[in-house]
Amino acid sequence: MKVLYFAWLKAKTGVGEETVTAPPGIDTVGRLIEHLKTLSPGHAAAFETLSVVRVAVNQDYGGLDTPVKAGDEVAFFPPVTGG
Amino acid sequence: MIRIQPQDFDPGAELAAFSSGKTSVGGICLFIGLVRDYMGHDPEAGSEVRAMTLEHYPGMTERQLEAIEAEAHRRWPLEDTLVIHRHGRLEPGERIVLVAASSAHRDAAFEACRFLIDWLKTKAPFWKIEHTQDGDAWVDAKDSDDAAAARWDK
Repeated sequence: MKVLYFAWLKAKTGVGEETVTAPPGIDTVGRLIEHLKTLSPGHAAAFETLSVVRVAVNQDYGGLDTPVKAGDEVAFFPPVTGG
Repeated sequence: MIRIQPQDFDPGAELAAFSSGKTSVGGICLFIGLVRDYMGHDPEAGSEVRAMTLEHYPGMTERQLEAIEAEAHRRWPLEDTLVIHRHGRLEPGERIVLVAASSAHRDAAFEACRFLIDWLKTKAPFWKIEHTQDGDAWVDAKDSDDAAAARWDK
């Protein structure tokens, strides 16, 4: 799946976009996060405090229980501050 | 209509185009957001902001703004709505955002305009980083913005 990071999550992970081949059993956002945290110390730091991380799956807001599958676009970012 | 763009816009020209040829419109309400030159809510306490950079999520931004616009049309009898949001580097005094709503009567225009900006601030995927003499800092989301958006929950 395609994983995107914005704002300070991009700064912490060091990547804006990456293709992730998740191991079997990664079927929710919460399980995907546990996998992403193993990719690098920066990834682990980005997901240290989940209360300040928002997620969108295929460009719609989701949560830790939202299903994910191969081919999905999953984005992680802080609470939005536009306007 | 939704427009996401780095360049500035002309409020007068946008307003003229928005109202042109629509004789059933009785009123237009238009809000413009600008870049402030200090951080936070208190001009005495906040560091001076020299500039800010707005990042967004192309694709999802348009998708969310279209959903917000559709929700406004569902709630009020509107003739038309317009949202213009800039991204990239902006300096104090520059325009960031324009939202407008037109309707046969002013109540719907006023309420929908306020609704559009309140929901945009909590749902559209934009992020601001402020550039100050003390360095760069990502802007934190404000509880007051959540409260403003929550007024429209139902």
